[in-house]
Amino acid sequence: MLIAVALLALPLLSVLAIAAGRRDAVHGLVYAGAFLCSVALIAAGLEHLGGRLGGAPTLVLPFGLPWLHAHFRVDNLSALFLLIINVPAAAASAFAVGYSAHLPERRRVTPFYPLFLFGMNSVLVADDAFVFLVAWEFMSLASWLMVMADHRKAENRRAGLVYLTMAVFGTFCLLPAFGLLAGGDGDYTFASMRLHSLGPVAGSLVVLLALLGAGSKAGLVPLHAWLPLAHPAAPSHVSALMSGVMTKVALYGLIRILMDLHGHVGWQWGAAMMVVGGVSAVMGILYALMQDDLKTLLAYSTVENVGIVVIGLGLAIAFKDDGEKNLAALALVAGLYHAANHAVIKSLLFLGAGSVLTATGTRSLNGLGGLLKRMPWTGATFLVGAAAISALPPLNGFVSEWLILQSLFKGPVVPHWAMKFGVPVVGALLALAAALAATCFVRAFGIAFLGRPRTEAAAEAIDTTFGMRWSLAVLAALCVVLGAIPVTVTDALSAVVQPLIGTSFAVSSDLGWPFLSPVSNTRGSYSGTVLVMIGLALFGIAIALVHRIGNARVRAADAWDCGTPGDDPATQYTGQSFAQPLRRSIAATVFQARETVTMPQPGEDAPARHKLTMTDPIWNGLYLRIARLVDLVAEQVNRMQYLTVRHYLLMMFCTLVFLLLVVAVRQRQ
Amino acid sequence: MTQLPPMLTPILWQMVQIMLALATAPLVTGYVRWLKARLNGRRGPSPLQPYRDLYRLTQKEAVVAHSASWVFHAAPYVVFASAWLAACLIPTFTTNIFLAPAADMIALVALLALGRFWLALAGMDVGTAFGGIGASREMLIASLAEPAMLMVTFSLSLVSGTTQPAQIAAYVLGGHIGLEVSVGLALAAMVMVAIAENGRIPIDNPATHLELTMVHEAMVLEYSGRHLAMIEAASMVKLTLYMALIACLFAPWGMAQPGAGPEGVLIGMAAFLLKLGTLSTALALFETAIAKMRVFRYADFLGGALLLGLLATIFLYVSEAV
Repeated sequence: MLIAVALLALPLLSVLAIAAGRRDAVHGLVYAGAFLCSVALIAAGLEHLGGRLGGAPTLVLPFGLPWLHAHFRVDNLSALFLLIINVPAAAASAFAVGYSAHLPERRRVTPFYPLFLFGMNSVLVADDAFVFLVAWEFMSLASWLMVMADHRKAENRRAGLVYLTMAVFGTFCLLPAFGLLAGGDGDYTFASMRLHSLGPVAGSLVVLLALLGAGSKAGLVPLHAWLPLAHPAAPSHVSALMSGVMTKVALYGLIRILMDLHGHVGWQWGAAMMVVGGVSAVMGILYALMQDDLKTLLAYSTVENVGIVVIGLGLAIAFKDDGEKNLAALALVAGLYHAANHAVIKSLLFLGAGSVLTATGTRSLNGLGGLLKRMPWTGATFLVGAAAISALPPLNGFVSEWLILQSLFKGPVVPHWAMKFGVPVVGALLALAAALAATCFVRAFGIAFLGRPRTEAAAEAIDTTFGMRWSLAVLAALCVVLGAIPVTVTDALSAVVQPLIGTSFAVSSDLGWPFLSPVSNTRGSYSGTVLVMIGLALFGIAIALVHRIGNARVRAADAWDCGTPGDDPATQYTGQSFAQPLRRSIAATVFQARETVTMPQPGEDAPARHKLTMTDPIWNGLYLRIARLVDLVAEQVNRMQYLTVRHYLLMMFCTLVFLLLVVAVRQRQ
Repeated sequence: MTQLPPMLTPILWQMVQIMLALATAPLVTGYVRWLKARLNGRRGPSPLQPYRDLYRLTQKEAVVAHSASWVFHAAPYVVFASAWLAACLIPTFTTNIFLAPAADMIALVALLALGRFWLALAGMDVGTAFGGIGASREMLIASLAEPAMLMVTFSLSLVSGTTQPAQIAAYVLGGHIGLEVSVGLALAAMVMVAIAENGRIPIDNPATHLELTMVHEAMVLEYSGRHLAMIEAASMVKLTLYMALIACLFAPWGMAQPGAGPEGVLIGMAAFLLKLGTLSTALALFETAIAKMRVFRYADFLGGALLLGLLATIFLYVSEAV
């Protein structure tokens, strides 16, 4: 009931924004309304997760396809994703109440924002393919409209084009996937899809199409190309939702199809997903390391984290196929935990980037610096987000990566050689991605928030206003809480996983409350709670001890810098120079990064130039080739526009004969 | 001697270990410096010198640059506390310590990453070129060393069925491991990681102050007084911690098991000190014999460690199959 009211209120807010968008006060009102809707949906999700285990009854409404009414249902998986989506959404809406006042293009954003939320939430409660796909398209198009809000910039128009193409491609893949799942009799309710069993070819085709369709929305390599273009192009509160939340809706679709509707996915597909996930994780973070634009960097880091979640999902599928239900439950819990964590962290970071953008007018790292002093709230919360996404204990990002590694280390129990040899490689990829993420976020935070301001705008930045600060602070607090009490979270997730895997599994069964001990008490355990307490105690002892026995005075002075301090802030390390060691060692092969230095001849007064070139292997190697192929075909087809009437008639005749032949042959059979 | 209630024993040994981790660390560093000086034909400062240095630093006032933010002030304590906490988690003289279940090898790696994260940020906080150089290179080293260490963990967990250092030690003590190729490879990878993570030769020279080759020293260039003391102490604790970890995972002999009496613990302590001595001597000999490598060769060295770790896991199946 609560869900229905909230869902219906969202389009109404949209109407309000269109009707009265001229008045500035209306924008705040719409976002406040969206905030309330999200809070209502959070309450509904919590109520469902806390209460019954099974699913709510299906609600059938008389619209949609004539022979198929619209079906809605909330089960544990939907309820969990209602939380994953609406917690960041509530924060983003609260942030936008203040933030939208700074947006010149707000009249092209506010009307679509509630529709975007409406689309995402409707995907979660859909219980038939038609409602699912319509809601999915609502989500895609509403976000596309917001990507195009600032359409005067050429780069945004390009982002919009690539995004639209990929969104169409994704739906184009999901459509036949649902068709195959429903079988020939055309009953598109999820309930009948669960009963329908698939042949081996159709089953594999469904997995492939789902991976392409949902994977392109989630941003798996190599289908990620739209994501780093489109996510940063939208206003920051929308970027937060696109990167933090919309990718989770895509993962929800993937889980719904592969673990619920599809009866049985083979371990080979699980292994393939692990490889795709591992490659996405490493490539995503390598791309992120090379970026200068703060928001593009964050978008690429989303690719990395989606890859990590998909490793967990693939592992769960492989374990499930092998009958290792406990381990499958563990891997899925780990994947879902990471999805939830990433939703919170990435929204926090994007909203932080939004504050930076408002305060300084630039997204380029090299135009920032020293913001921690000017913007203490944004800086401190961004630091929490950066540490969490770098998987540092005791924050939430670490717990989920720990769980994924723990389940990955059990991967070789699956008795296939491909898994035995593949799992260590995926493990190495995951570990590499996690370590590179720390480098990436030391770089992002260090260049933007530490050091000295590199521009006038950065030197005069002003921190965000009251409401925006609180949404940042709440998200940062969630990063801490989700990391400090992992056991409570995993117990809640076990209830979600139970109907999908078919076994109830408590991750913390062995050592009791503050300890996570997923497999057994001697296998490996972790307790964020204990570590935080002891760590804080040691931290306090260290400070107290040193201040007691030592000299507690502090003297402010100029920086020493080996005796050669430069006053010019340009003498600091930049984003490019920070990435140089990695660029020379890894990116030189992956991105063909080349540096050329042109020194002026003696006596010349031209400046020396350092030029850096990099190529995007996936864009050049895959997308441009496909685009060229499409161009080529289009050129051939284009000739058909200039035929004579006779030719057209001949073609129609041939088509007619062909179709009649087809009918005749089919009737003969 | 009166018997302690079994509940309290792990807590008592934990307290002892918390103190021991702190007390032995400067000695290990001092001994390595002294031995290196001897091997170079110098007399060298007494092995107790680091204690005096640390005390001297705490007595000086801390000079902080105008451009520094609160990160610069907090970082030394965070770095020290994370290293200290990590050192408390690794069984040294007994596996029966209270905090053993609170973190496994993965958490240990991450805990060290936490310290490094803060140190790198502190390096960038003042806004000098040297701080940036150090932070950038340190993170390059970590980006490759951390996965290598996780691969070592992976292969050890496949052998022993656990990622918990105390349990791995118990497994090795149980005599379940013979001479295995993969354990050897894992040990080699682990040693390479330990060298890189502690900024020893050939990756970094702890004694250098030649600007262009510094890594760790460049990051902490702006620190002074008690802040510097904390950071120096943290890197001493970290060196000892890696030695303790290698000893715990690959040579846990002599370590007291749960249920062992006071004499068992005393034997454990003597064995631990002996192991520290052996490893420090090996380190000093190695550092004297070898030259530092160029910054851009780090990737080869650490990539090698990562591959060794990966090979260690894969060799397990090969040896199983043969």
